Amino acid sequence: MTLELSLNQQPAHLRQGSSIGQPLTRRDGFLKVTGAARYAADNHPPGMLYAVLAVSGIARGRVASLDVEAAKAHGGVVEVMTPQNRPPLATDPDAKNNPFMFRLDLLQNDRIRYPNQTIAVVIAETLEAATEGAALLSPRYEAQPARVGLDGAESFVPGGVGIGSPAVHHKGDVEAGLESAATRIEATYETSAQYHNAMEPHAIVAAWDGDSLSIDTPSQGLAMAQGRIAGLFGIAPQNIHIRSPFLGGGFGSKGMISGPQVLGILAARLVGCPVKLVLRREQMYGPAGHRAPTRQTLRMGMDREGRLTAIDHHAKTASSTFDDFFEPAADASHTLYASPAIATSHEAVRLDTGTPLFMRAPGEATGSIALESAIDEAAGACGMDPLEFRLRNYAEVEPMTGKPFSSKALRECYTLASERFGWQRRPLQPRQMPDKDGFLTGWGMGTATFPAIMFQAEARAVLRADGSGLMETGAQDMGQGAWTAFAQIAADGLGLDIDQVDFRAGSSDLPNAGIAGGSGHTATAGMAIHNAGAAVIARLADLATGHEASPLFGAGNEGVLARGGRLYRRDDENRSESYGEILARAGLAEIDGRGTGTPDPASREAYAMHAHGAVFAEVKVDPDFGQIRVTRLVGAFAAGRVINPRLVRSQYYGGMIWGVSFALHEEAVTDRRSGRIQNANLAEYHVPVNADVPSVEALLVHEDDPYVNALGIKGVGEIGITGTAGAVANAVWHATGVRPRRFPIRIEDLLG
Amino acid sequence: MTKTTIPVHLDVNGHRHTLQLEPRVTLLDALRDRLGLTGTKKGCDHGQCGACTVHVDGERVLACLTLAAQAEGRTVTTIEGLAREGELHPVQAAFLEQDAFQCGYCTPGQIMSAVACIREGHAGSDEEIREYMAGNLCRCGAYPHIVAAVRQAALEVQS
Repeated sequence: MTLELSLNQQPAHLRQGSSIGQPLTRRDGFLKVTGAARYAADNHPPGMLYAVLAVSGIARGRVASLDVEAAKAHGGVVEVMTPQNRPPLATDPDAKNNPFMFRLDLLQNDRIRYPNQTIAVVIAETLEAATEGAALLSPRYEAQPARVGLDGAESFVPGGVGIGSPAVHHKGDVEAGLESAATRIEATYETSAQYHNAMEPHAIVAAWDGDSLSIDTPSQGLAMAQGRIAGLFGIAPQNIHIRSPFLGGGFGSKGMISGPQVLGILAARLVGCPVKLVLRREQMYGPAGHRAPTRQTLRMGMDREGRLTAIDHHAKTASSTFDDFFEPAADASHTLYASPAIATSHEAVRLDTGTPLFMRAPGEATGSIALESAIDEAAGACGMDPLEFRLRNYAEVEPMTGKPFSSKALRECYTLASERFGWQRRPLQPRQMPDKDGFLTGWGMGTATFPAIMFQAEARAVLRADGSGLMETGAQDMGQGAWTAFAQIAADGLGLDIDQVDFRAGSSDLPNAGIAGGSGHTATAGMAIHNAGAAVIARLADLATGHEASPLFGAGNEGVLARGGRLYRRDDENRSESYGEILARAGLAEIDGRGTGTPDPASREAYAMHAHGAVFAEVKVDPDFGQIRVTRLVGAFAAGRVINPRLVRSQYYGGMIWGVSFALHEEAVTDRRSGRIQNANLAEYHVPVNADVPSVEALLVHEDDPYVNALGIKGVGEIGITGTAGAVANAVWHATGVRPRRFPIRIEDLLG
Repeated sequence: MTKTTIPVHLDVNGHRHTLQLEPRVTLLDALRDRLGLTGTKKGCDHGQCGACTVHVDGERVLACLTLAAQAEGRTVTTIEGLAREGELHPVQAAFLEQDAFQCGYCTPGQIMSAVACIREGHAGSDEEIREYMAGNLCRCGAYPHIVAAVRQAALEVQS
């Protein structure tokens, strides 16, 4: 079933010509506020059984024994899947032929390589029986010492970081730049391992029909998921139908198919009926990715005017022992601050953890908090205001490549946000602003940036004789508002009012919409939609301008405009014809057109493309207890064209709150003895709650970008974290005079 | 262990149900798996996230920490029971208008908490709303808009 959304319960549904740019409320909002939006785990096909994972309690070793008999003896348990009876796969789960796939643990042997790795799957008639059955397995292990922490193994230089970025970059002579500097700083910052913790745990409902497979599972990349599953099972991708109309949050963790999702499919194969498998919250801390810890050292040199002479940014990070994802933290220094010499480098260790993965602003977030802290220290070393220092080192071209920016309204962001915040009243020295209650107040800032990435996407557009339209693309909505923003782009592309457009998405039987990730989904699938609209309008124009009976006869393709369900002669708008009239005369019930969204290689070669922003933070710190509260956040962002300001503001808020979380809350704590995560739950792994979040403002700075893509869209999903995390850290320094060097900032660091 | 079941009578959204349940079945799993009321969400199953918030006899409770048998004979309201004859409850309408959600997964719990928060008289200021809505996690970070929605709905409900 694909989803067609009803539009008739829209409190904010303005129409002033173009749909793009309107602050429409979410088209899926009615479903979400009534509980009717169907997430993967809400599905319950007839005859369905429940599967529950049994997971490893050690970090490294092997499973010596499982009490399968005890589990099977529990009432309601149907089967226990172990390496002994797991159905065969067509591909080795450890094989990997592109960076967008995990090496998977699919019960291929008894080896354990990280805590919470699956060691068996219990399938039962009820969730309760499966849960109890998993507990009854009482595993015994042969354990080996766990390799834990950034000093827990020998380090090496990875072959690449992120997705294929070289581990080492440089321009100019950094050592000479440091040597010639009037002032220098050097500082090391540590960031903690973090887990995505989407509110919806990974879930799958899988049903086989012969060699055809029907799946409900949240996915940020439906076509990629379909291809991965097809490869593992040796079946054709088109035999696999994945529905993912709503993701209960993704943040990167649902970008690639994870082991437990495939185990759900295997369990359904084993028992011959539909199976639902939902990860328990603590089971999310292992097989579904995380943000790796980093230790970053920055060295900067400045001349007498406070101009950077050199930036050296080195990052150490960690991956698993068996797979590669290296957090590209140091690359954050490539794009923001002008310097004649820049060097960035990475090293890594391999630890007994699940494989890290993209987590909202991978590399950008970790790198940004270190870079923005170091810039603050550099400004302080030069005796300069942090904003003045940033403006002194403003990059007019991309520092690492020398390319011009396709657009960059960062100056406007600095001005707008600093004025709104009242930054000019900030004293230069720390500990100068005690409030009436005796709390230390501090103000800090950070620069935000995120690349304007595009992937590949396709869309199909249909115009119908009744005057309505349809747009299809397998887009994924994980909360960013794809159901709404894409319908807006579709309406404009089809020259229709948005009420006349059906929009289908969230299903693998639709055209490949690419990845909802890298803040690139709106640009990529949006361009596919735009181009599909243009293609079907071109067909319609051919029908009209080529027919003598049409008032548009002879106008030619270039000479018509599509608007409000009619084609108009560009040179004489008194001559027009409705879509319905054109199709009726041609005897066609409908026509269609296809479009693709793809980055333009020529403009990508010529220009550096990034969104930018400036974030200002106020914190209050208890001088006796060190407790930190963020009391105010103001951000201004320039990210190209805004499709829907209501949704975009929500994305900025979310990102900024993640920035607060990065600076103050999030940390997965690993037990050094066992290698297990000690706080694998939502009470002890801290994420912000409502009472942690202050007044937040996000200001939208207008930016026209003629190069990034025809619609001028950059991306807004991740930029909010960058800048904000550093702004909070710098505000803590300004309040206390203590420079935070590890994140999240601990109370004891301030009391030391 | 052999399965033993007990009869449980639940009044959910104005409908009476008699279920034969094992005593270990939670209210959350009974609603979702037995009654097909999947609007109520499971985020942690440990009472830590608030996604499963429902009303029992008008008070907000965490359905994952409540055994179905504990709700015997009591009145349960879920997100599906909030709108009357297709008319959104003022809190639902305010969430939609203020964009007080993104992914939507925590939203049913947020809305059920918000309805109770207003009814309890804990929506008097933004600060109070933040405190009394702090048991419902939103990983998307919709908190500023949630506060705005609760504030708006509180004014409508009280007037």
